[in-house]
Amino acid sequence: MNKPEKETTVDQQIRRRTFISFGLFGVYVAGAVGAWRWLYKSPNEVPGITSGAHAPLRKALNKTEIFFRRLAFNESHLVKTYPKEMAAKKVRFNSDIGTEGVLPPEQWTLQVTKKNGQVLKISLDQIKQLPKTEIIYDFKCVEGWDQISHWGGLKFADFIKHFGLEEEAKMDFVGMETPDQKYYVGIDMPSALHPQTLLAYEMNEKSLPGRHGQPLRLIIPVKYGIKNLKRIGNITFSNTRPHDYWAELGYDYYSGL
Amino acid sequence: MKVIKEKHPLIMRWTHWVNFPVLTIMIWSGMLIYWANDEYSVTLFGHTFFRFFPDWYYNLLNIPHRLSEGMAFHFLFMWFFTLNGFFYIIYSIISGEWHYLLPNKHSFKEAWLVVLHDLHIRKTAPPQGKYNAAQRIAYTSIVIMGLGSVITGLAVYKPVQFYYLTWLCGGYHFARILHFALTIGYVFFFLVHIFQVIMAGWNNFRAVITGFEVENEQPKPAIETNNDNE
Repeated sequence: MNKPEKETTVDQQIRRRTFISFGLFGVYVAGAVGAWRWLYKSPNEVPGITSGAHAPLRKALNKTEIFFRRLAFNESHLVKTYPKEMAAKKVRFNSDIGTEGVLPPEQWTLQVTKKNGQVLKISLDQIKQLPKTEIIYDFKCVEGWDQISHWGGLKFADFIKHFGLEEEAKMDFVGMETPDQKYYVGIDMPSALHPQTLLAYEMNEKSLPGRHGQPLRLIIPVKYGIKNLKRIGNITFSNTRPHDYWAELGYDYYSGL
Repeated sequence: MKVIKEKHPLIMRWTHWVNFPVLTIMIWSGMLIYWANDEYSVTLFGHTFFRFFPDWYYNLLNIPHRLSEGMAFHFLFMWFFTLNGFFYIIYSIISGEWHYLLPNKHSFKEAWLVVLHDLHIRKTAPPQGKYNAAQRIAYTSIVIMGLGSVITGLAVYKPVQFYYLTWLCGGYHFARILHFALTIGYVFFFLVHIFQVIMAGWNNFRAVITGFEVENEQPKPAIETNNDNE
């Protein structure tokens, strides 16, 4: 006699639990959709040193970068190097913003602004007289391609020592600009002082061609190509982040590898 | 008579439904990134059969010229993907749920019988617990693939600082290919999964939301025979 009654109880239980679970599931789906819409439509950050990213995503980018830097960045982590034969003969070229055409070497001097405001004017010959460092490594573009290329120049750490910039090197950032200031990068000091960071004046054992940043460019293997500024016009030091071309266009400021 | 049989624990359901939208966002933002250097195709003997991806496809999904945006989304949602995945794995280990999921020594033979059964070639399916042999293999693979995506992702993301991961993945190029191939794998998994869920019916689907399945139980015989060989 009580069999039908018991069945309704099970049925009721099934209905009740299904109703509650699907209700909660619906709330979850609505919440997830709402959160996504909020994020997707979130306004861009206030333009400053960085621009062009959704404000919450920029926050996440910065925090994530700091997390990975603290977790893993180590000066002794060297970028893998390759034998000379593996270096590309035709070196890929992506952009000439700030480096159009060829700059007559005699019209070029590197300007370095010291902490006390003094400006050092350094010629290419002064740089070339110092010990040359060569590197053959896998250059990586933020777009996703990479290419083994061969560069020669002055180690940035040697440059600091030779020109008496130790005080400046205690600051947090290096800023570099092209002579026309159309392209510029900001580099954190540990990456700049990394033993494989070069002020390069040679590619494949010849003077840099125009489109690869003649006469002097930055080669910083611990960063994506966007940080490897071509044709350095001036160098500054600061404790705040210097302006950076691609960080103003939504890319991560650090862009480290 | 009908009985309620508990099937999926809450944490399994939770991580499943968190993973679904998060993985979707990871695949979408990954495409925004991949577009900037879309060099992969299926090419055999010099003939390209398929290019990842055709222009109409990019335009349909509004993918071009969104690299920085893709990176920003990818590097946020990677946290949710990874943490959710680890949470699931740790839970499975601690709760012992992995017993139902990992393939055992019979699974590989049985999975074939399951496939034959699903294709209506064979009438009976092998006996199963919570998951059948084919499910065990598929769901364990998908967890391993998830781990693979995290490792290959880190290898591409920080190839200098995590050089050992990049080395483990066969270098920068191969790590990127693996990362991409795993994603294609998810899409195939998804298609088969959806098909199987539809074929398995409402009771099975409901269990992934409510946690229980309804079974029609026969009155128990006086003498029980136990042929559960799990």
